[in-house]
Order: sequence, then structure tokens, then C-alpha cells
Amino acid sequence: MTRKRKHLIADSSDWTPESIARYDAEIGRVAKAYGLDCYRHQLEIITAEQMMDAYAAIGMPVYYHHWSFGKHFLETENRYKRGHMGLAYEIVINSDPCIAYLMEENTLTMQALVIAHAAYGHNSFFKGNHLFRQWTAADAIIDYIVFARNYIADCEERYGVDSVEDLLDACHSLANLGVDRYKRSAPLSLDKEKNNQREREAYLQLQVNDLWRTLPRHDVATPAGEEERFPLEPEENLLYFVEKHAPLLEPWQREIVRIVRKINQYFYPQRQTQVMNEGWACFWHFTLLNTLYDEGRLSDGFMMEFLHSHTNVVMQPPYNSSWYSGINPYALGFALWRDIRRICENPTDEDREWFPAIAGSDWRETFDFAMRNFKDESFIAQYLSPRLMREFRLFAILDDDSLGKLRINAIHDEHGYRALRLKLSEQYNVGSSDPNIQVWNVNLRSDRSLTLRHFAYHRRPLADSYETVLDNMARLWGFTVRLEEQRPDGEIRQIAERKSERRRNATN
Amino acid sequence: MTVRIIDRRQDSRNKSSINRSRFIRRFKGQIRKAVADAIAQRGIRDLESSGKIGIPGKDISEPQFRHGHGGIRETVHPGNDRFHRGDEVDRPAGGSQNGPGGRASPDGEGMDDFVFTLTRDEFLDIFFDELALPNLIKRQLARVEDFKRVRAGYTQTGMPTNINLIRTMRGAAGRRVAVGAPYASRLRRLQAELEQALDEIPLDTLEIARLQHEIAVLRAKREAVPFIDPFDLRYSNRIRIPEPSTQAVMFCLMDISGSMDENKKQIAKRFFMLLYLFLNRSYEHIEVVFIRHHTVAEEVDEDAFFHSRDTGGTVVSSALKLMHEIIRQRYASNLWNIYGAQASDGDNWDNDSSVCREILSESLLPLLQYFAYIEINEGQPQNLWLEYEQLATRHTGHFAIQRIKEISDIYPVFRELFRKRLA
Repeated sequence: MTRKRKHLIADSSDWTPESIARYDAEIGRVAKAYGLDCYRHQLEIITAEQMMDAYAAIGMPVYYHHWSFGKHFLETENRYKRGHMGLAYEIVINSDPCIAYLMEENTLTMQALVIAHAAYGHNSFFKGNHLFRQWTAADAIIDYIVFARNYIADCEERYGVDSVEDLLDACHSLANLGVDRYKRSAPLSLDKEKNNQREREAYLQLQVNDLWRTLPRHDVATPAGEEERFPLEPEENLLYFVEKHAPLLEPWQREIVRIVRKINQYFYPQRQTQVMNEGWACFWHFTLLNTLYDEGRLSDGFMMEFLHSHTNVVMQPPYNSSWYSGINPYALGFALWRDIRRICENPTDEDREWFPAIAGSDWRETFDFAMRNFKDESFIAQYLSPRLMREFRLFAILDDDSLGKLRINAIHDEHGYRALRLKLSEQYNVGSSDPNIQVWNVNLRSDRSLTLRHFAYHRRPLADSYETVLDNMARLWGFTVRLEEQRPDGEIRQIAERKSERRRNATN
Repeated sequence: MTVRIIDRRQDSRNKSSINRSRFIRRFKGQIRKAVADAIAQRGIRDLESSGKIGIPGKDISEPQFRHGHGGIRETVHPGNDRFHRGDEVDRPAGGSQNGPGGRASPDGEGMDDFVFTLTRDEFLDIFFDELALPNLIKRQLARVEDFKRVRAGYTQTGMPTNINLIRTMRGAAGRRVAVGAPYASRLRRLQAELEQALDEIPLDTLEIARLQHEIAVLRAKREAVPFIDPFDLRYSNRIRIPEPSTQAVMFCLMDISGSMDENKKQIAKRFFMLLYLFLNRSYEHIEVVFIRHHTVAEEVDEDAFFHSRDTGGTVVSSALKLMHEIIRQRYASNLWNIYGAQASDGDNWDNDSSVCREILSESLLPLLQYFAYIEINEGQPQNLWLEYEQLATRHTGHFAIQRIKEISDIYPVFRELFRKRLA
């Protein structure tokens, strides 16, 4: 069955800037017809080497320098050269205008796929999803990173590469616990940030000094036995606490702590929405390109190549395959969005029972709502259908170290649907995958020691790396740091203590 | 409105190079160790190629607060093919987070080596670092060779300034002759016919007019052959060839008697490598001859040279004699620049050392550019050293000796060499 294809957008498989622009215009037209709301975007053609550069710098076109990025670059380069991996086809930056990278060695088909996936799929997700809207300022991020890079380069010149590197090491090791999970951040712009930075520098130092005032204060008399707690509420954002309260940090060090914290916060939504975001982008490249094909604008050869890549991306190997490395977020996300559309358009009785609100509704509206208002955890809890669980043949394993064997807790059957859905949703809860460690107390009255408390979740212990991380915390804090663990039964025990060297040097 | 497409391919390449050098700087200790291992495995001639280096993955991890193993974990996996609710299965060996059957990666401790490729520059940098060479010398060694441009015939493309007029015009003339030749021969034939026609009586005016017309057409055609055509253009061709174009041979002499342990051999290897590197800068073609000796000397390949041990006494002169023999047979000294490098722990049979001195000063040194001797020994100088010391004073500039305890002691030997070269 061959249809006549008269109005092909382009017929060669080698790309030219003109043919890319033509594809972009066509894809944009279809995206608009589907009602996708995107930031403006620009496409940047880069080489494979630059792609690896961008990889190492978490996708940013500019970034500050640190050895760990060099390590990641070498790692990527090595695997790429050995042929262990193809490079990701695309990197897209959540900024306004949205920047999508196209790699020069890709064919025109792949470029079109990337345009549909990144420049329209991810782009509209960045613009619409509430987490990105709330946490990231797309119009300011590039400026902020330029500011950060210059500031850090400046510090390196003034205070030496080594001291900046040590500080960054310490900050990086705390970065996953350096995000605000619940508070809202205010958008920033470059100029404002520069001014703020100077004010902050002066002000913060003032605050800290006041906190550690050595003169006795007579007006506040604390009743004996009742220790004043500081902070009054436990603080979950360790980097924030260090930035604001670490007594011995220089102003520039506080600023660098802040930079790492800010940038990390910017990427936090990406960790929370990986399945949704990738699935959304896959759904749209699939839908947009298929629409163009149906219009007769794409050749059969184009579609074959496109479907080949698409299938590779959304493939989910089963648990016992040697390729298996967990659930593929692309596969799960793509299947979820496709399934929602199916529920809207062709609901079965089961769907009507499970999803009374969306079965038979307008899929575009349902999509828009889902895209805007969820993150992975809640998205799966809300939309994972029994049918999809059957399709993926999902099953849940309970691994309890107090039991001798693993237990299959739920499978894709009537009993298991709700439990499975809950467990899978929990698996994407970023909050429970990172250990819950909070700043518990600072001993204000004597040795200024800092106590961190780990609230063990499901009795899970900390990995051994905590030793090194605690060293870093002690370096930042400048005084003794302790780490305690609170068991679910309320039992508390100290697992480690670091006496600060700086303190010792001062007394010697 | 069309989309903005920015071509960034020409932008700063190697944006990561700073991060890369930071990485290398940070893990210099581990990398240096890895480089030392690599050097031990490499041949002298491969020193300059870049190479893969592995350092332990554990050393370079970036720690964070993470959950360790243990406690309660529930994970969801796809592709159920045999399980029912309530089934119990054994824990897979190795790790538990991947589920039954999944490839459990050994976690935490057993991380693989982090393998990456050092560029030639980075490799040499670390190599030099160990040898404590001054910067000037490092630059000399690391420098890529100079090229000179020499004439190499003619090409059909090139810069207008390089047009070779003689060649071009000669080509054009040839082409004009060749292209015009068919016309010329027909013209000659028609001329002859025309003369004949003019001679005939009565005059065939029609025929004459036809011939005259044809002649005119052919003349016009011949005129139309261009005087010069782009096809004729010839440009002088110049190519780049490496500047040093002479050849050298380097003799590596080493004592492999029992007292030369692995460490001493490694030091000797560095010494030979450095000499090779230096010669490689100065000469286009280098041959390396390995001579090992205990009581008798033999010529061997590199592998056997560095990786064999023998016991028994030491007769150094045997190696020198063999070297002289090989030079005489294979390297006539007016064609070859000959360098000798000898490493030993100084042991020699007492009455042999003076023989060595004689061989060197009488027959070898006159043939050589340079001879360097290192004695790898921490104790008192041995008799060979004492004999050589006499030579060193008489042959400054051609003969260098040095006692070495550590690798960084090698440099003074080369100072002499480089001073000569830099002057």
C-alpha cells in the first residue's frame, strides 16, 4: 500500500540549515494545531565533542570549572569511543529561549526527531509544568550561570584554585540535600543577583557574627535545664543552613555555597519529573511526526528510520534480560501518555470504573491538566491503569533484610493493581530515595557543635560514603559535627563524630 | 518567521579541557602511579603515543549521603513471567537491588578502574614531572618537530602567486598545437586542392569558392583555439617535510647480572627512554640497538632486554666490544650519528675496567657523538666508575657519567646534552 507523497518536506537524508528550518516550520505548525504552548526556541548545531562537553556540564552551555566535570567528560568520551553508548540525541535547556542541541553527525531524520522531541516536547513541558514554573526562572538561568561562573573564576584568582575546589567538593557532596522541597523561590535576574550578592555578603556576615557574639548577654536568661534549640525547627536544607549560619565561612565562601545550592535547586524539578517529561516529549515527537506522515509530508524511508530510533528509545527489557537496568523512564512515560489518550478516546469498562473523570473526555484538555499539575510520583499514582500494568507485566518485590527470602508482594492482577500503583509511585518519590537528614541542633552555649539527624526510612542505613560527606560538613561548619540516627521506634544513637581540624589548630 | 539556527561547530573546541586538566591535577598521585606502570609496560619507542590509563574508581568517587543496603525496600519490575502474589524467592547473589535474575552489579567497594586516555602532551608532562626536568628542556622535548617547505613538482591548483609561468606557457603551447593539429592538416590539404583548382583550365569557379570558404572557416576555428586555458595553469608545489632529516642509532647497554634488580632496570629504562626522546627530536630516523651483557654480551630485542635476568659475573668490556663490532658492520659512522647509553650497577671484574676505558677512548669514542653512563648504585663508586671518571675529564662534551639513586638524578646527564644543543 503506497500512498502518493507529493509534498515531501525534504527528500535527502543529509541535513542543511534550510532543510532543518523547513522541518522546524512544519513541526511547529502541527504542534500549534495540537495546542502546544512553548517558549521560543533556538537550535544549535554542535559536534559530538561539544555534545560530550555539554554532557559533562549538565547540559549547560556555560558552567563553572570543576574536576568532577572533567571526570564525567572522560567517562563519556571513553564509553563513546569504545562504542558502548551512542550519544544522547539531544540536550535541551530549560531556558527562554529554549536551547536545543542538534549533533552534526545525525541524519536529517534524526534532526527532525530531536526538534519534535526537544524543541516542542520538552519545551512545552518546561513552560507548562507547575514545578518548573515554580522553581525555575527560564529567562534568568543562563544569566545566573554566567554570573556563577565568573564569580567562581574570580574567587579562584583571588583565593586560589585549591581552596575553591575544596569548597566546591564539600558543597557537591551535600548537594542532594541542599534543596528546598517545599518552599518557593523567587525568580532572579543577573543585575539583581549581582547587587543582591553584595548586600548579602555584608548582611550575612553581620548576622553570623551576631549569632556568635562572644560577649555575655544578660538580658536573655535561659532557665537551667531547658536548652535553647537552634535552629528552632529542624532544617532539611543542609546547604542553606551552612550558607546562613556556618560561623567561620568567608563571605565569598557563603556565596559559592549559595551558587551550588541555587543551581541544584534549578535541576530539582528535572529529577522529580523524569518519567512525565521524557514520556511527554516522546509522545509528542511520535504524534507530531505521525501527523506529518499522514499529511503526506514525510517519506516512507523517513518513517522507517524514525520508528527505528523511536523504538530503541522506548524499549523496556524485562527484569530477566541482560539489558535490564530498571524501568526505562522513556518507556514508562511514553506508555502512560499514550494510555491516557486511549482512555480518553476509546475507554473500556474497566477504564470507566478506574478513571471516571477522564474516560471519554477530550484528550487534549486532559493532557494539558496532567502535564501542568503533577510530578512523577503523583502522576503515576493518578494515571497508571490496570491495563498498562498488565502490558508491562509489573510485579513488586519486597526485600526485607530481616527475612530470609525476597517476597513477591503484588503482581498485575485484581488484587495487586492498587498496591502496585502505590509502590511504583513511591519508587519515584525523590523525597524517600534520598536519605532524610536534617540539621537538628547547634550547641550555642559551649562548643558550637552541629548535630545532624538521620531519620531512618524503612530501617535503611546510610551508605558508607557518609564518612567522607561528614568530613566535608565539618570542613564547612568549622566546628565539631555529629551524625545521629533516629530509628522508627524513636531510638537515637550517634553514628559518627568529626572534630574539626580548624578548631584544633586554633587551640594548639 | 523561521527558527533561529546557530552553528556552534566552530566555537571553542575543548571547552572541557580546563575541567580535564583540573581532573588530572587533582588525581596526579594516582595518575602518576598509573603512568609509571604504563611506562614499565611500554616499549621505548612507544613512549610518545598517548595511552589509556586506569586509576582505581574508588579514589575518585564523589560521595553523597545515600542509602546503603539493608532495611526494607520494595521495588517494581517489568516483565513478570513466573511469579504469583506471595511467592518467595532467594536473594540473587551479589546484590539485591536489581531484583531476581537481574544483573546485580557489585556495589560500592568493587568499582571498576576508571580508565581514560591521556593525550601525548599530558603523558609526557607526567613523565617529565617524575624526572625533574627543567621547563626549558621539557619544551624542547615536547615540541612538535619543525617542518620546512620544499619544492615538489607542480600541481594544477594553488595560489595565483605560485603560478609557474614557464610550465604554464609550455603547456598552453602544447595544447594549442595538439588541439589545432587536425585543423592544420585539413587546411594544408585544402590549400593544395585550391592551388590545383586554380591551375586547372577552365577555372571551376564554384569549386574554388567552396574551397576558399572552407579554408576561411577552418582558419577561424584554428584562431578560436584559446591562447591560454585554465587547464594549462601550473603552480609550483611546495610540501612540508620534517626538518631533521638525518639518522641516528642509539645503543642501549645494560648489565643484567643478578645484582641488577627490577627497580634498577626501571631506572635504566627511564634513562634510555629519555635519551630516545631527545634523539627523536633531533633526528628523523632512529634505530635502537639493545645489548645486554653479563660475562658475555649479546644483541637482543627490547623485550628480552628489559625482562630477563641472569646470574654470574660481569664483564663490561664484552658489551663494548660487541657495540664496536656492530658499528663496524652496520653503521658506518659518516652516515650515522651514533649515541651510546650504558647502565649498570657498577660491578665489573677488576681487571676488566681498565680494558673498558681503553676500548672506549681508543676505538669507540672517536666514532660516537655522545656516550652516557649511569651507575645505579647507592653505595661506594665501583672500579668501573673510577676508570670512567678519568675518561670524563678528557672527553667533556662527548662523555657523561652519573651516579643515580633515584629517578630524578637522571637529569644532570642530559644537562650536558641539552646545553650543547641549545647553544
